[in-house]
Order: sequence, then structure tokens, then C-alpha cells
Amino acid sequence: MTRAVHQSTPHDSASLHVAGSARYIDDIPEPPGTLHVYVAQSPHAHAKLITLDLEAVKRAPDVVAVLTAQDIPGTNDCSPVMGDDPVFISSHALYCGQSLFAVAARSRDAARRAASLAVAQWEPLPALLTIEDAMAAESYVLDTRTLERGDVDHALQNAEHTLSERFHIGGQDHFYLEGQACLVVPSEDGGVHVRSSTQHPTEVQHTVAKVLGLADHAVTCEVRRMGGGFGGKESQPALFASIAALVAHHTGKPAKVRLDRDDDMVMTGKRHDFRVDFTVGFDASGVIAGVDVVHAVRCGMSADLSAAIADRAVFHADNCYHLPAARIRSFRCLTHTVSNTAFRGFGGPQGMLGMEQIIAAVAAHLGLDPLEVRRRNFYRPGADTTPYGMVVEDFVADQIVDELADSADYSERRAAIVAYNASDAAAATGIRRGIALTPVKFGISFTTTHLNQAGALVQLYSDGSVLLNHGGTEMGQGLHIKVAQVVAEVFGIALDRVRPSSTRTDKVPNTSATAASSGSDLNGMAALRAAETIRDRLAVVAAERFNCAPEDLTFADGTVSCADQHLPFDALVKAAYLARVSLSATGFYATPKIHYDAERFQGRPFYYFAYGAAISEVSVDTLTGEYRVDRVDILHDAGRSLNPAIDLGQVEGGFIQGMGWLTTEELWWDSAGRLRTHAPSTYKIPTAGDRPRDVRMALWDQGENREDTVHKSKAVGEPPLMLAISVLQALQEAIWAESSQAGMLLDSPATPERLLMALASQHNE
Amino acid sequence: MSKKMPISVTVNGQTHDLLAEPRELLIYVLRERLDITGPHVGCETSHCGACTVLMDGKSVKACTVFAAQANGASITTVEGLGTPDSLHALQRSFREHHGLQCGYCTPGMITRAAKLLEENPTPTEAEVRFGMAGNLCRCTGYQNIVKSILAAADEMNAEQEVAE
Repeated sequence: MTRAVHQSTPHDSASLHVAGSARYIDDIPEPPGTLHVYVAQSPHAHAKLITLDLEAVKRAPDVVAVLTAQDIPGTNDCSPVMGDDPVFISSHALYCGQSLFAVAARSRDAARRAASLAVAQWEPLPALLTIEDAMAAESYVLDTRTLERGDVDHALQNAEHTLSERFHIGGQDHFYLEGQACLVVPSEDGGVHVRSSTQHPTEVQHTVAKVLGLADHAVTCEVRRMGGGFGGKESQPALFASIAALVAHHTGKPAKVRLDRDDDMVMTGKRHDFRVDFTVGFDASGVIAGVDVVHAVRCGMSADLSAAIADRAVFHADNCYHLPAARIRSFRCLTHTVSNTAFRGFGGPQGMLGMEQIIAAVAAHLGLDPLEVRRRNFYRPGADTTPYGMVVEDFVADQIVDELADSADYSERRAAIVAYNASDAAAATGIRRGIALTPVKFGISFTTTHLNQAGALVQLYSDGSVLLNHGGTEMGQGLHIKVAQVVAEVFGIALDRVRPSSTRTDKVPNTSATAASSGSDLNGMAALRAAETIRDRLAVVAAERFNCAPEDLTFADGTVSCADQHLPFDALVKAAYLARVSLSATGFYATPKIHYDAERFQGRPFYYFAYGAAISEVSVDTLTGEYRVDRVDILHDAGRSLNPAIDLGQVEGGFIQGMGWLTTEELWWDSAGRLRTHAPSTYKIPTAGDRPRDVRMALWDQGENREDTVHKSKAVGEPPLMLAISVLQALQEAIWAESSQAGMLLDSPATPERLLMALASQHNE
Repeated sequence: MSKKMPISVTVNGQTHDLLAEPRELLIYVLRERLDITGPHVGCETSHCGACTVLMDGKSVKACTVFAAQANGASITTVEGLGTPDSLHALQRSFREHHGLQCGYCTPGMITRAAKLLEENPTPTEAEVRFGMAGNLCRCTGYQNIVKSILAAADEMNAEQEVAE
């Protein structure tokens, strides 16, 4: 029997992508009369708008409409949750780059030129730009949250050793290759059809309806694919869709917004930067007795998704380690900078990095191999409850770490590096080397419990071909091919008989964002159920024909069989159609077992955990701060992978993206709050040349989800990003080898400049 | 409005006579006037490579080439390398070796890789990495892109040997 699942099938759009015929929003032929929209922005981080004179803008050539906050028929808000993200500034600018007004013109160039003719008068106000500014001013966008378990003060007071440190974690721009884009076409009855490059079509639909003052049923949002998302197209597309919809509403013409790269980087939110303070108490063997951790999180000018993001950081402040006593406080800082947003890992990476740096500090203090300290603190039977009260039932990080350390010769290589760093050769060349092994445990499920639901619509046509629709969106991660594999498996038909289609809110309503790594867990299961519903109906028809019980039927290789009786699948479908059997069905899935008391920060927010581990080895030139990653070994648990090639692609891509976050990608705001790294000329994402010289990665062959997920697979979108913590810690080890005072924690991104400064400050001590 | 100038460009074997604005960029001629949308707009500052095409046999980033500079030139885009029904060895290889995820960078990657293999039919992995460093991909981490190019090189060299 040919299986459809667990196969390394190419991406469903691969043939189109390689030929250049896969269409993104900006590739779709524009309907006649399409207007191009430019969004004018605030030049101030914090200012009161005194006057805004747009007469010259309106009179400029080819301008058709100029829209401000006064032109919004519904609500001037495009926020995902809290009602605090205006579409257009009405009184105060709260960040540099905030949307002020829109110009719709017959060409993008005309719109852009016209926008520059606006005359605005502002009264600049003092701006809080950094975490330090906000913490000093006690400026918070959301209430401070504390998770506490055990007697932390007692644990710290009685610990053999304590350490207190502070370090900073930088943000990250998504740098999806396709910038924000949408095309809105007005329909005959006052509604709009919105094509958006979005991970969250339902939110775009609901936001556009709210802004236009329409019922949800008047707005349809459709997305076939995105040119990358990474979280940056979860809440962010709503602003641009709202603006294009406003233009369509006011002019009756189709309207398109496609952001220029610089505008995209200035206007849209990023990964939250963090300041982490901790005190840890531990014994002489490195076993942790308690931690007191403070996250100061830069949320920017509004809440956006920061509540859930900062919570997820708290949920990952343990990573793989049992903390008998833990207090984690989370300050959600309000600053006059762009509102930070979802980014692959959603706070998890920052929380996890905080814990891994605690381990590194403890190991350095005691002069131990950090891997030993990790092993001594791993969750284990009897010590398996997280600070948020969830029992870790599926812990396999220890097995993965053992297997990886063994296969990659961690101990031998570490010993060789320690010997090398002490050698004359190292002293003569100034090259220091470092190696680090870090594990990942990542909680799977939206922590906002109600989001863990999905729907699918499967349509079987009378020729036996299947059109597949579900609430998940395709951003390159291979969701559509994985769900198609699940459906092909149900019917026992060839994969090319299942066609994934656009995600549309008029087919599957009330969907959750394709986020939290949940795409295939949720939508795969919903599609599975829809397909099974149809198969059960077909089985009744086949059983009657074969005179057998429906449960004795098999669907495989395009044939339906009962013992020695066979019928081609397509013939059965035709027979079912003639017998007036419904051949379409919806499927619905809600993740079981999860519950969470948000007030008390306790419960089981996650259905299960995904695990992995990585070893990175680096060389640092201590004279210049330059470095390279020499070798990376990765072992990652994707459960019983639905598509190993696709999942391995997530592991590789996630690791490199995480490496960029922690090494070269530096967001730099000037003292006026203007982002100065707003193009790839100054913001460095990894290139082909930056990839480590030697990468050995694999999916864990023993991986199998203990929970009843779709074909026992595990989510894989976000977890691998955090494998890159090993790169930062390997760099840190190399820097520490240069100094007698190991233990000073590196801020990230660890650019060559920052490494050089770290070395200089050590030399000065 | 500035005075338009007549230009003639041959794209994927077909010659087009157009009137172009002095500031008009080649990428917009291709995408918006000729409906050739394989080359994508990524950064508009020639850093990301999503718009890479071949102009008179050289890899260029079409977002920073004026249409006027392309006057009289022969342009090849990814569409000119092969079609979904008849793919170039590189196109097949990117599909089979999973050298793409979101696909937005793919047309530029493949067009650049075609030139790379023309200049160096038997590149080492390091040479591929160096030669592709002007094309950004945010999804794959480049592993499968490099693999795809090396596999295509092998296939193209084998075909060459058979032909000889």
C-alpha cells in the first residue's frame, strides 16, 4: 500500500515556484482602475498633531483620494485584541512611522510624490524609547504579571551559591521576502473582497468589517500564499488591508497597498527585545534550588499581542529544567516605538534564552561543563512539574541530548577545544574556539485556549478529485502539502488527486491565525475528520455493493476493496453521486486536555512539548571580534513526521533564522526614535555564505507524539529557532576562554563589534 | 512629466518596443508592462536578489537597472529558462531537493544559479555559497538551495557528457 503521509513529497506549489508562475498579491493581474495607495507616516516618535493640511496632496497629479481618520465610517482601530492601534493618527503620534493618512492615486509613484506635499504641524513630546526609559518611568502597556511557585526567598537565602546577572536580548525584523501587500476589490453590494498576504485571514476580515462599519459577512478575505510570514503577518496585515478597504469603499475602485521594504521595516512590529535580570541559587554540583527572574519586555506603543507573547516567555523561563522554586516577573513596557508583535517562537525564545544563560552562568561559576549542569537539572520523574503547574509527561530532551552528544562527540571535541584555547597556537593567532550544546522544550498550543480550534471543508467531485480547503494559510512552511497528504491518506488516493486551494473566510469561517506552530496539528486534524466523514458515506455505498461490513473495507492505491472484491475509487465516487450521497463535508477540531487559569498562571496550557538539541562550534578572532560557525549538529523531534523533507526544512531554516537573531541582525534606533536599520543594506540577515561550514542535522528517529495528534506528528514551525541559542553560547564560551573571569553574559545580537567590546571590557578588568 | 524615450528590449526571446520614463526601472517594465512576474520585488535596493535576471548574459538586479540601460539588451527571466511543463535542470532540482519554501526568492535564485553554473559548471560547495551570497532567502537556511544547485550541476554535466 502506498502511503501519502510520512513521505518527503515536494511542496505543492514547487513546480509553480521554480517556473516563476506562483502568484503572490503583487503578481495578480490588477483589475481595471486599480488605485495604488501610499501610507504617509509620522516623523515623530511622540508628538501632538496640531494641524494637517492636505490640500496640496489632493491637488497633485493622478491623485484620486486622500483619507484620514475622519474618513473612517466604522472604528478607527485595527488592533488584534485591545483596541489601541488606530488605523490613522487622530491626535497623537506614538511612534516614528505611524500611519497618518493615505493617498490613493493612479500609480504608486504619483501617490508617493503627492504624500510628500502634506504640511503637518506637530508639538513634539518627550519620548520613551528604550526598556530602561520605560522601566525608570514605570511606563507599562499591560499589567505586570508574576508567576511564583515554591518559596523562592527561602530557596535563595539557603542556597550554597547565588549569582545575580543582567543581560539584554535584541529584537528582530521578520524580513519576509515579500513585504506587506493587499488588494481589495469592492463588491456590488457594499462589501469588499480582500486579498491579503496574511497569516490570519479571519482577523483581516473582522478588522476590515469593523473599520468600514460592516457586518463580518460583507467582507471576504482570501490568501493563496505568502512570501514568508514568521509571525509578521499575523496582526500586522490588518492595518494595510483596512486602508486599502477604506480606499475601495470611498472610491468604488480596486485598491492595492504594497509596502516598499523601508516602509515595511519602519512601520511594522518586530520581535520583542528583552532585558533579563536573574538571581539563581544552586549547590556545588550546579543543582538549582530557585530562581528569581525579571523580564522587562519592550512592547512598543500598544498592546498588540504582547500579553500572550510576554506570557509565553514566562512559560519558557524553565526550558528543560526543574525549578523547585521560581518567581518570574514580567514587565510589559510601553515605549514610543513600533508595537512589537508575533515572531516565530512568540516570546518563547527570549524566555528560554534567559534560562540557558542562567545555566551558563552557574556552570562558569563552578567551573563545570555546562552540559553537566544541564543534565543535573533536567526534568525527571518526581521533579516534573513546571512553575505553571503542568506536569511534563513527555520529556525526551535527556534522550535527545544523550544521543546527540554521543553522535557528535561533544565531550571529546570540548576537551580538544579547552586544550586548544590554552595552547600557544591560540595565543599566537588570537583565535579562540567555543562549543555549546543547548536543548529545546517548546510548548505546543495557543496559550489563549479558545484559539485552539480549526475547521476544514473537503469537496469530493464526481470524477473522484478532491478540493481541499482549511483555515490554515500557506507561508512556505508546507502546510498545504502536509494537510493534502493527510486527506489523500484517508481516501487512499494519489496526492495529485487532492488540490489545496486558497484559504478563504467564506469557505471556512472563524479561523485562528496560522501561528504557534499549530498549522498542521489543528488544520490537519480538521481536514482528517472532514475526509473521514465523506469516506464513511462512501463506505456505506461500497459495503452495499460488495455485500460486506463497512469496517471491512480498505481504501488504498486508488482502489476500494473488501477481501477479493475491488472497485476503483473514482468509480465508487461516481456511484455515490448517482445514489445521491453528499460528497462534501466540513471537519472541526478543538485541541483536547488543555486548560489554563490565566489569573493564577496555572494549568495545562500546552497539549504537548516539542523537543530538540543542537551543538554549535565557533571560532572567534579576538583581535577583530569576527567569528565563524564551524560546525553545527542538530537532532530534532518532529514526532512521526508527516513530511520529513518539509519538516527538516523548518529545522534548518529555523536554526539559521535564530542564528541571525542572535548574531548579525541588529535593530538600531537613533535618539529621536527613528529606526536606522530599515533595509538589507544595514540590517543583516544570514546569507548563503554565513551558513555554518559543516551542518549535520536529522529528525529524531524515535520521535512519536504521546498525544493523539494527526498521525502522531509534532509541530515543527517554531521550536527549531531556539536551537540557535547554542551559537550564542558557543561564542560566549570562546570569549570566556580569553579571560580569567568567565561568566560575563553576552548581550545579543552578538555582532563582531559586541564581541570586541566584550573582550575589551574583560581585558580592562 | 519627463520626456519618454523609445527603447527596445528582448525578453525571453521576444522583442518589445516601449516608451520608457527616464527613471523607470527594468523590474517594473518586466512586471507591470510585460506581465512577466517571475522576478519579484524584495528590497528595491539590489540587496535581496529576488529580482535577479540575466541581461546580455550577466546577472543583474532588475530593481536597480534603468529601463533605458536595458535598451537593445537581451533579458532572460526565470520564465525564459523553462516552463512548468518543460523545466530547466535547475528548476527540476530546486523542486526535487526542496530548495524552496515560500518561493518568493526562488526565481531570482534559479536565474542567478543558471549564470553561476554557466561560469563554473563544476563548482564546489564553497563556490556555490560565495556565488549565491547576493541572493537572500529567509526560509530555507540555504541548505537545500546549495544542494539543489550542486545536484543540478551534476545532472547538467552528465547530460553534457552524453551529448559529447
